[in-house]
Amino acid sequence: MSTERVLTDQMVAEIKAYFPRYPNRQAVTLPALHIVNEHLRHVPLQAVVEVAELLGLAPAQVQDTLSFYGFFKQDAPGGETRAWVCRSLSCALRGGEEVLEHMCKRLGVRPGETTADGKLTLEFGECLGACEYAPCMLAGEELHTCLDESTADKFIDSMRSSS
Amino acid sequence: MATYEPVLLANIGRENSHTREVYEQTGGYQALRKSLAMSQLDVTEQVKQSGLRGRGGAGFPTGLKWTFLPKDHPGPIYFCLNADESEPGTFNNRILMEDDPHQVIEGLIISCYATRATTAYIYLRFEYPKAYRRLQAAIDECYAAGYLGQNILGSGYSLDIYLHRGAAAYICGEETGLIESLEGKRAWPRIKPPFPAVEGAFRKPTVVNNVETAACVRHIMEKGVEWFRGMGVQPDPSNPRDPGSLGPKLYCLSGHVERPGCYEAPLGITVRQLIDEYGGGVWKGRQAKAVVPGGISMGLLGPDELDCPLDFAGPGKYGCLGLGTAAVVVMDDTVSIVDYLHNSARFFAHESCGQCTPCREGTSWALKILSRIKAGRGRLIDLQLLLEIGDGIGIIPGSTICGLSDGAAWPLKNAIRKFRGEFEEYIRKSNPSGYNNTEPVPAMPMESVH
Repeated sequence: MSTERVLTDQMVAEIKAYFPRYPNRQAVTLPALHIVNEHLRHVPLQAVVEVAELLGLAPAQVQDTLSFYGFFKQDAPGGETRAWVCRSLSCALRGGEEVLEHMCKRLGVRPGETTADGKLTLEFGECLGACEYAPCMLAGEELHTCLDESTADKFIDSMRSSS
Repeated sequence: MATYEPVLLANIGRENSHTREVYEQTGGYQALRKSLAMSQLDVTEQVKQSGLRGRGGAGFPTGLKWTFLPKDHPGPIYFCLNADESEPGTFNNRILMEDDPHQVIEGLIISCYATRATTAYIYLRFEYPKAYRRLQAAIDECYAAGYLGQNILGSGYSLDIYLHRGAAAYICGEETGLIESLEGKRAWPRIKPPFPAVEGAFRKPTVVNNVETAACVRHIMEKGVEWFRGMGVQPDPSNPRDPGSLGPKLYCLSGHVERPGCYEAPLGITVRQLIDEYGGGVWKGRQAKAVVPGGISMGLLGPDELDCPLDFAGPGKYGCLGLGTAAVVVMDDTVSIVDYLHNSARFFAHESCGQCTPCREGTSWALKILSRIKAGRGRLIDLQLLLEIGDGIGIIPGSTICGLSDGAAWPLKNAIRKFRGEFEEYIRKSNPSGYNNTEPVPAMPMESVH
């Protein structure tokens, strides 16, 4: 197993910038995991070991927290964009599950998987808190509202043609 | 309806409503100045007198919660603003944070001043990136203007506010789950007591309040107790323990209505008023078959229960868990209640934190049973099993640490008891050869139900 360090100096500096905000370093766990995830699009076990070292924790403590939140993937980097299609009640009532199914078919992935070109990771989301725009999808930082198959197709096409 | 002028949503829709400049043009930060000129005890007393009850779901009186802090504690005292809005159907906090973040922050600063907190964390769900940007920009503007940092407006009071992002876990909205998550741990709710006011974040006294609650505090300090108490449902004079349901409320309306949205009204409007007068009625000219009164945790109202008032005591009178987040989800007469309950069960099975066995196992089994029913392999006896789960999990029966599973239980109990005929008919029709079976049947594998 390779022990090459995965946290860059920049990531370490970004994590350390959070230290003064909290009375202890364990509280920096989630911010640190987010920082690693933003840079690497996943949080491999080696990053967990290095984050633990920075925070003065046992790697198992960081891993315990990480594994609680389904948010952080560990095996491989996710797609350039990660999109969550809401499947909770308000969206489901207006066709959210059908949109998700349609997107899965068009992209050839199941929820949680990344397209072969590495551009998109498609996920189901639980209530995205935008029920007035149901059905909706959060793609990266952008909220896509009142989706149907045609607007979902447009989104997929724009993803594919992005360089 | 026409006579009520929105207060919490007054700035929404105004150009650049998220900036300090626009916020101050409409009286922003005057309530903070007024509060800083008062004693901390007097601010607490004013909030207490207003009758404000927490807007996050439980409805606990806010001022009273503040008074549970130890009087002579050397500090630090922490304040957590619960912005982990995740209850399905709920989006009012998002609107406040995105389009009027200064209103939230002014309320938060006043709340921190009253509670002598010197550090506040806004625990924001990860799925709100725009709210994150808007709040951070607003916090930066506040530091620049002297509303945050050392010696705020020369008052001698100092406060720092930090944004802390979650990682897509519903349980972080439970206040002690939130604290555990803030501390960098898995968000397993704590056994209470001790309550956070005595031992909360980092083992220090801590107050956890909702975003809308903070926004209300701002207006209570600006407009006064009488204004706030002048609307809503007054306390029941025959019950000295009833705090009433006072002040304005942000109602979220979604599902099968013509105009989904966030509407502000005095507490106590009825479900029917919200749907018809605010939401333009059930969509496509259809009838409402069932309505979620306050986020899916609160259970379900049937078509003959639409006169249910949306105040803290209202939904309980109709067998629901409570007002919750006042997020109303409307289902028209084409919806299958089996599908609704499957959707609800799937949510709670996914979001159970796994700490308490009755919740972890109960929510998973409810989902497996409902998936089997949906797939045409249901038995009438399954309804009894689902009710047993519903009656057995939660704080109310006493089997779990937090209320998540009460929220999982109520949809089961309400849907099956109020729509039993529909469930039975579905099971009989979809499984004609096996609906009366009472022998054990193979469970659905978990991967096929998620």
